[in-house]
Amino acid sequence: MTTQTVGLGVDSAYEAVIGLEVHAQLLTRSKMFCSCSAAYTNAPANGNCCPVCLGMPGVLPVMNRQAVEMTVRTALALDCEIPAFTKFDRKNYFYPDLPKGYQISQYDLPMSLRGHLDFTVNEERARCGITRVHLEEDTGTMHHAGDVLQEATSSLVDLNRSGVPLMEIVSEPDLRSADAAREYLVRLRQLLMYIGVNDGNLEQGSLRCDANVSVRKFGVSELGTKVEVKNMNSFRAVHRAIDFEIARQVAVLEQGGALLQETRGWVETRAATVSQRSKEMAHDYRYFPEPDLPPLQLGRELVERIRSELPELPEARAARLAEQYGLSTYDAALLTASREDADAYEELVDAGVSAKVAANWQMGDVAALANQHHRSLVDSGVGVVGLATLLRLLEDGTINGPTAKELLAELYEHGGDAALLVRERGLGQVSDRAALTVIVDEVIAANAQACEDFRGGKAQALGRLVGQVMKAAGGRAEPALVNSLLRERLSA
Amino acid sequence: MPLSPDDVAHVAMLARLGLSEEERHRIGLQLDVILEHISALERADISDIPETAQVGNLVNVWRDDEPAPSLSQQEALVNAPDTDGEYFKVGAIQE
Repeated sequence: MTTQTVGLGVDSAYEAVIGLEVHAQLLTRSKMFCSCSAAYTNAPANGNCCPVCLGMPGVLPVMNRQAVEMTVRTALALDCEIPAFTKFDRKNYFYPDLPKGYQISQYDLPMSLRGHLDFTVNEERARCGITRVHLEEDTGTMHHAGDVLQEATSSLVDLNRSGVPLMEIVSEPDLRSADAAREYLVRLRQLLMYIGVNDGNLEQGSLRCDANVSVRKFGVSELGTKVEVKNMNSFRAVHRAIDFEIARQVAVLEQGGALLQETRGWVETRAATVSQRSKEMAHDYRYFPEPDLPPLQLGRELVERIRSELPELPEARAARLAEQYGLSTYDAALLTASREDADAYEELVDAGVSAKVAANWQMGDVAALANQHHRSLVDSGVGVVGLATLLRLLEDGTINGPTAKELLAELYEHGGDAALLVRERGLGQVSDRAALTVIVDEVIAANAQACEDFRGGKAQALGRLVGQVMKAAGGRAEPALVNSLLRERLSA
Repeated sequence: MPLSPDDVAHVAMLARLGLSEEERHRIGLQLDVILEHISALERADISDIPETAQVGNLVNVWRDDEPAPSLSQQEALVNAPDTDGEYFKVGAIQE
């Protein structure tokens, strides 16, 4: 594990101790305990609610089976144990976004325990323990009336999000730097998206991260005073907030001060964490078992069925791709960044594109076009099958590289049939030796200076001549053949 | 053990009940009686009985993930003490 040292000198060096609490909305169609749609942003405010998620008296919650299975899937992907018995509890507190006055959550018998996530940070392998993965329900959302918060006389409550399945993933305090915390979150997000349980959107809050941060002098085994940092809605914010908080805590201790166990919010505009005193009030949740929900006994059979349905996970897949297709570790990691990318890559290779060519195009032109058009390859006009056709035309010599590049850009945006376009527009590569020799001779005759430069040892002069030939051949000449013909004729 | 005045004040705060001194005293005495009554349970021998929070003998009661229509916005808001027509309206909450 990489350790971050901060402080004034060797004697006063501190180490950071960080654990993350990640909340992930599950990709179910309906809510956790009622049948309202989980797509809560599609409805007008409070237009996506029923008596259960509005917290009306006398209603009965019923568990969403797929939410339970997704939580087990996540727990298994993180190598957690799944206890034979689990139950829900009520976490009691008052806040207007929580209409029942309690959140249905899990307290002492969560759905899973004791897992871990492995990752690489600053080129070192690291492992962070997972304390637990449990299931609960999301709250509603608050809007504050008026332009200036301090002058607002009322707050507005939208309960569309109330009751959406929310999974909480609690890590052990195993992270020792902001770099490690960010990398853990990057890998966890990738994993959740790979197994299809979360959409990974930190900005919109379908994935949220809080950090427990403390510092202690090296060699000290007791933990320092823990501060909970909230309001970080990007990887960058997580990194900056933790770095800030470590430095703040060290500064307080170095000045002889004492740290307060408190909740602090990251304020992007001030680039600082700020104490949230209101959140300190009454952390007395009086958990007790939820009487309206019978417990769960997730039998071995169910757990093993879910385990058998797990896809190949990102780290394993990257390692296999590197081995199977002779890719560098870096390229394999890039190509497996998302499950969709990795699937596309393997489909290209299965369709007969060479491993190297598929990798280069996917990481190069395709990635650039995806960025430019905000459309992934799968959703683009060309699609994976179209790209495979195009790259096979390139590899069998029907078209040359520049033509493939141009066609790809066009197909990506507008779609179409690569083979048909090549025929219709006569884009086929000119590999006819006799025809190209005529053009090469013309170009040599018209560019005496460049020829003399090349013969005089200026290698780059050849590039100018190649360019002239390509131009005369309408961009379709086979580059390697042009090159060798030019060398041949110039040395004759 | 009787409840201390601080216990009573803490429970009242958690329940968001604004109690006068006189009420805290009176309700404290009543809570003591209730707790004393319930404490009879402590005399039962439960050493052979597994802990449970449920007596219905039900497990794994769940439904498939099928969405169903919700109430309309108007229906959802109809019993609210205050709304702006779209949202529930509550006193200003400042973090």
